[in-house]
Amino acid sequence: MIRALTIWLMISVAPAFVKAGDTLRVGASSHFKSIKAGLLQAEKGDVLLIEKGFYAEGTILIDKSITIAGVGRPVIDGENKHEILQITADSVLITGLQIQNVGVSYTKDFAGITGEKVSHCVIDDNILLNTFFGIYLKKAKNCRITNNKIVGQAAKEISSGNAIHLWYCKNIEVLNNKVNKHRDGIYLEFVDSTLISHNLSEHNLRYGLHFMFSNHDNYIGNTFRNNGAGVAVMFSKQIQMIDNNFLNNWGAASYGLLLKEIYDGKIEGNTFSMNTIGMYGESATRISIAHNDFKQNGWAVKFLGSSMDNEFTYNNFIGNTFDLTTDSGRNNNRYIHNYWSKYTGYDLDKDGYGDVPYRPMKLFSYIINKSGSSIILLRSFFMDLINFAEKVTPVFTPATLVDNSPLMKPYHD
Amino acid sequence: MIEFINLNKSFSKNLVLDNLNLNVSEGKISAVLGPNGSGKSTIIKCLLGLVLPDSGQILFDRQPIRNTWQYREKIDYLPQIARFPENLAISELIKMITDIRQQQGDSEALIELFELSPFMHKKIRHLSGGTRQKVNILLTFMFNNPVIILDEPSSGLDPVAIIRLKDLIHRERDNGKTILFTSHIMSLVEDLADEIIFLLEGKVYFQGSKEEILQFSDKPNLENAIASIISGDIPDPLKKKHLANYL
Amino acid sequence: MIKILKYTCFDMLRSWWSYAYFLFYFVTSATLLNFSADASRAITSLMNIIITLCPLISTLLVVMYYYSSREFIELLLAQPLKRSSLLKGQFIGLAGSLSLSFTFGLLIPFLIFGLLSSENIINLSTLIGIGVLLTFIFSALGYLVALHHENKIKGFGTAIFIWLFMAVIYDGLFLFTLVLFNDYPTDKIALGLSFLNPIDLARIIMMLKLDISALMGYTGALFNSFFGSNTGLIISVAASIIWVIFPTHLFLRKAARKDF
Repeated sequence: MIRALTIWLMISVAPAFVKAGDTLRVGASSHFKSIKAGLLQAEKGDVLLIEKGFYAEGTILIDKSITIAGVGRPVIDGENKHEILQITADSVLITGLQIQNVGVSYTKDFAGITGEKVSHCVIDDNILLNTFFGIYLKKAKNCRITNNKIVGQAAKEISSGNAIHLWYCKNIEVLNNKVNKHRDGIYLEFVDSTLISHNLSEHNLRYGLHFMFSNHDNYIGNTFRNNGAGVAVMFSKQIQMIDNNFLNNWGAASYGLLLKEIYDGKIEGNTFSMNTIGMYGESATRISIAHNDFKQNGWAVKFLGSSMDNEFTYNNFIGNTFDLTTDSGRNNNRYIHNYWSKYTGYDLDKDGYGDVPYRPMKLFSYIINKSGSSIILLRSFFMDLINFAEKVTPVFTPATLVDNSPLMKPYHD
Repeated sequence: MIEFINLNKSFSKNLVLDNLNLNVSEGKISAVLGPNGSGKSTIIKCLLGLVLPDSGQILFDRQPIRNTWQYREKIDYLPQIARFPENLAISELIKMITDIRQQQGDSEALIELFELSPFMHKKIRHLSGGTRQKVNILLTFMFNNPVIILDEPSSGLDPVAIIRLKDLIHRERDNGKTILFTSHIMSLVEDLADEIIFLLEGKVYFQGSKEEILQFSDKPNLENAIASIISGDIPDPLKKKHLANYL
Repeated sequence: MIKILKYTCFDMLRSWWSYAYFLFYFVTSATLLNFSADASRAITSLMNIIITLCPLISTLLVVMYYYSSREFIELLLAQPLKRSSLLKGQFIGLAGSLSLSFTFGLLIPFLIFGLLSSENIINLSTLIGIGVLLTFIFSALGYLVALHHENKIKGFGTAIFIWLFMAVIYDGLFLFTLVLFNDYPTDKIALGLSFLNPIDLARIIMMLKLDISALMGYTGALFNSFFGSNTGLIISVAASIIWVIFPTHLFLRKAARKDF
């Protein structure tokens, strides 16, 4: 289904491909023995078919609007020295290749496929192995990165790059890619109006997905798991975060979703499961957080006092060690109609909402903020006692941090 | 066979056995008598290894008993209070003690003697005090060992059972066993004891036959003799004689 | 020893205690499984019950059993038996039969509800493991108390105090210490103090299964190496076993020097 959609989109956004061009063959038994030789002869609208084989030709510059398609997955090798494909023309389509062994540089961002100041490029169905950066677009517009598999070998943050890196881009679609073992899985800086959808980002050192200074972007239906932290959204506005999975991000500075200085977004229908902190907010403002599942996280939500005017509705908080914590004595967010599995109230009028309020922040969360090692007293009888005392008369936790009408049963849509 | 040598024991500053020396006569029935707190049950418990003496030693078959337990295979003991696991039936209790002692016991004759067969499958908790004591006696006498120690054997028994108990004890003596018992019932002592061991203030004050104790106390019966010893108007020579005898 | 163990178990099997204890856990875990949305939540609640109740019941039961069978213990001590074998046998018999009641009470509802996913099996067996360890630890402490006090009232009082101290008061003092030394790195103190209380240890073993994601949130390096690997589990279990051996050794030593 997604594949069909992709093909349809490919045709519709890149009309240049529809126009019939010549087909040039590259391969050991073909007319052109090297890619570079084929490229030299190609003209706008041509198709360069690369046959199965091994090609190590250093950096290959693509400065014509052509299609490069692999037949039987040819291997293009950078010998750990070079950046490999460099696109400078618009409307380039690259598909069916295996691109491997990108050089590592501390001064230049070498990538498997680089596109600079291009538009309408399509990078589809390629395998990128042992990359420094995988796919790197600078100042690109209207491009599509789809169905690629990008596997790096990142060991240290300083000497690793990102699988998909977008810088000053607009209208990009990143769909259905698998990104692995880089610094960040997908990185966006100054990227607007972009869709990140149905990608799988895992085992990256830092973030599965990382937004910086990017506005009006959507990311939908992605899965982020076992990354240093799931997704970081920083200094951005109007980001829609929908139906994603944030799984298994463990560690002291590890989050499912990190929000920092962001405004007016939507976080809906996501699943946060088995993270040290499910969602962390620092100066996150006016975000609607609804219909999410927070399951078995250490802390489902940690929102610092600088986060204001956010609204949590119809979320399910199930089996988290702590549902909520904040560092402030005041509460500036609204919590209503959420399901809290720790809720012990009743619903006498049978309207589906509990009749007594739920206080998601426990005194213990407050104590842990003060003295981290006291986490070792988790689940002790003594902690239950003082939590209960605090619940009856809140002294240390914000008195208004309360869900006055909690759901009795988990929300299902 | 059983010898107490220079035995001392105090319970938190309370001196109970004061350098006690005693040689229990073999093949006889000996009654241990004395006022409350004179150390009767303490010497029995010391002999059984329940109480550990502060100093001195106990010889059983000329072997010191300290830190050993095998010698108890030769002792059958009847405790003063018959308390058994409430949830066991008598038959199970018999099996259990037989199993623990690893000795062949003969309970049939005793069950008949004390008319216990209707109770064999009842739980201990449903039994009366007298019946429990019969069970207690049964558990003691069913094994065939050279030494029998009885702590207040007649308590809670009806007269018929007491008569049968006495017969039983005599029979065991006639089989050559050494029997040591304590009792407050003077008639029982009179009927049973071949020898009386009288304890006072943690020492053996007198050890000898009934006839001797009557003779020296110059009283008509044992009860009065004992009473006069306890109240202190017994001629000194008695004490001296027997201490001299002993030493 | 094996014989005494056998008869103690047999005696316990005949007493309503075992059944009441079994029934309590059966009903509790069945109810929790029935009313909780998922098994892991029921396991969390069960853990809270187990780490408070197993210690209480085992201490009290042992103290009670000892006092009520005191005369029978004397009778048994007069038999050709080694003193330590008798007490060891009884101790293992008591703690063992309590553990059995507890294990079946917990396990059967899970079987009935068919909640045996591999995750549940791991959590449930951890739960049963800590329950059994606590039962043995506190049974040994119970013997220690009972052998120390001839007076029943003092014995029960001490037993309840020990439980109250370990289950509640200790953690209060613990927290107070951590807050007091807040300016210093406290993870060594925190780990150290946990090892001195078997209930805390049991809690930690369970946390390693249930709350590992929260535990990783603390930045202490010692914590991370302790909780982040199997080392934590191995050390905690080893420490709990020491907690079984140590009081057992103490009460056997006490018994060896005691006048019955």
